[in-house]
Amino acid sequence: MGADSSEGPAVADAGAPSRPGVVDPPGAPVHARPGDLERLLGRYGTMARIRAFEEAVGRRFRDGDIHGFVHTSIGQEAAATGACAALRDGDYLTTTHRGHGHCLAKGADATAMMAELFGRETGTCRGRGGSMHLAQADLGILGANGIVGAGIPIAVGAALAARSAGAGAVAVAFFGEGAVHSGAFHEGIGLSVAWQVPVIFACENNHYAEFTPSEGSWNGPSLVDRAASYGMTAISVDGNDVFAVEDAMSELVAAARAGEGPAFVELRTYRMGGHYEGDATPYRADDEVERWRSADPLARARAALEPLGALDRADALDAAAAAEIEAAVDEALAAPYPDPASVLENIRA
Amino acid sequence: MPDPSTAEAAPPRYIEALNRALTDAMEADGAVTLMGVDIGAGGGAYGVTRGLYERFGAGRVLDTPIAEAGVLGAAVGAAMAGLRPVAEIMYVDFITVCLDPIVNQAAKLRYMTGGGVRVPIVFRTQSGAGRSGGAQHSQSLEGLLAHIPGLDVYCPADGRDAYDLTRAAIDADHPVCLIENRRLYGKRHPGWERDPLPPGKARVVRDGDDVTVVTWGRMVHETLDAVAAMEGGASVEVIDLRTLVPLDVETVRASVARTGRCLVVHEAVEQFGPGGEIVAQIAEHALFDLDGPVRRYGALASPVPYSPGLEAAMLPGSDGIAAAITAVLEH
Repeated sequence: MGADSSEGPAVADAGAPSRPGVVDPPGAPVHARPGDLERLLGRYGTMARIRAFEEAVGRRFRDGDIHGFVHTSIGQEAAATGACAALRDGDYLTTTHRGHGHCLAKGADATAMMAELFGRETGTCRGRGGSMHLAQADLGILGANGIVGAGIPIAVGAALAARSAGAGAVAVAFFGEGAVHSGAFHEGIGLSVAWQVPVIFACENNHYAEFTPSEGSWNGPSLVDRAASYGMTAISVDGNDVFAVEDAMSELVAAARAGEGPAFVELRTYRMGGHYEGDATPYRADDEVERWRSADPLARARAALEPLGALDRADALDAAAAAEIEAAVDEALAAPYPDPASVLENIRA
Repeated sequence: MPDPSTAEAAPPRYIEALNRALTDAMEADGAVTLMGVDIGAGGGAYGVTRGLYERFGAGRVLDTPIAEAGVLGAAVGAAMAGLRPVAEIMYVDFITVCLDPIVNQAAKLRYMTGGGVRVPIVFRTQSGAGRSGGAQHSQSLEGLLAHIPGLDVYCPADGRDAYDLTRAAIDADHPVCLIENRRLYGKRHPGWERDPLPPGKARVVRDGDDVTVVTWGRMVHETLDAVAAMEGGASVEVIDLRTLVPLDVETVRASVARTGRCLVVHEAVEQFGPGGEIVAQIAEHALFDLDGPVRRYGALASPVPYSPGLEAAMLPGSDGIAAAITAVLEH
């Protein structure tokens, strides 16, 4: 698999697992093999859509079209794309306040998502949720969440339901390394082991828990060792290599489908933006950001596409993503706000 | 609905009614799944789930670690993914360690998703002070839960309602907090042959003309004891709300309009308690029907003490209820 074992990092990856903060980023091209071109282009296209979406969100936030808090995932596109590529219809995911990428990668419609961020009736949640509460049950997206860690046990419960249904579905909980300090993480992960349900804990280690470098928040074993101590498979992966993520997730998901219980994967990545839009990030050094810019997941995918002579096709995917998101913004901005008379709808079922 | 062909001589105990409701709901719908601490082979801390593990298996009666926040979070996810979880919180006091899945997740998800998900969960728990459980095992927190839009709160006072409200809670497509009273578990209450009432419909337990007492849970029985012991022949109407959310304001209003006097009795602490809401509803809907001020009678504003004498001094009881009724009548 394209993942490191818990014994040590991959050769091409200078970022040691769970030593967050100021580690040097990985910079190697995505590990593409012969015959991978179409798959790589597919993943690149998804990453380009997420990037275009998040960049548009930043612009629209500054223009005042987004009414509340919004958190973007620029720099983390490979984690969302690679992980969701290992999923199929019927699988579930929960995500976080930084969940746009996961929703897009699982199949949510960009126009409906943008309309949700704009608070419109045509939004994914009819404007009732906003960015932090994006959800689409028919796609298995059981919600972004405004509470750090809250999605972890929710995914465990979805995995329980999946096991009861007997169709081989799995659940994935996306969360950041900041959530591993929460009770919900420990309770959820412990429950998953007790119940042996098919859930993958996908921890995107972007090195910052809001404003605070995570390196300063623990002094014990690595994230992987922590998770392994509960009695489950736990691995660490270069989270900016979309194939490394996909390969690792595919293996863990297959094991979960086969009834082997929960697993944990650390996806080492970096949050290029602030904690929220408008965050000036005075708490981190510019050179650190620049070094991680060289590890940009889209750039690394392009570096693998170049020797395959496919950069023009990547450019076309960039253009298609830009056009799609521009159209999504226009359509969402033209959509109506909810009728105030509907304010009390759906409190009870 | 009781079946006359199988009617029993003695009504089932409250705890048996709960167990029967869970059994019948699990028989009726394979999605109904129980989870909680000690509920499996152990049968539950008070025995409410006894026999269900043996009958339905480990896949539907799930023992959990002592991790209420994790368990309730899992219940939320399971509900969104097609199960109908009944998650037991051993004591209502313990909701304080797992309020996020109740308050921020279950209660809000349907609304936040614009109706995109259903969250059919029952949070089964129990309260019941008066047996030296101490301050962390004796609270009545139904008012705290009733404050949260998106949560129903049911408080059955007898075996009939223990059965009916449990079934109704499980059938609901939204989250319901079902708060049993452990001091009623062993009781056999008359009225098992009653027709079921839906949530949101109060029950006039005793007819009267002079004063209306509005109450729920174990205080229904304390109130009936108080009235039985009162001398002087005052005609007291006793209303069991049965469910705080939904709240049957109309039954209360109609009664108060007739009696002109009202007392609200609850086991919960009086300050900022559910009685305040009910009194406000009466003020908004029946102020000019009143012949005197509406009063509340609840527990003193104190943690629940351990020592029996102190606990009795803190909690409402039948003597205090009788005194409060008299005071309302004499005003």
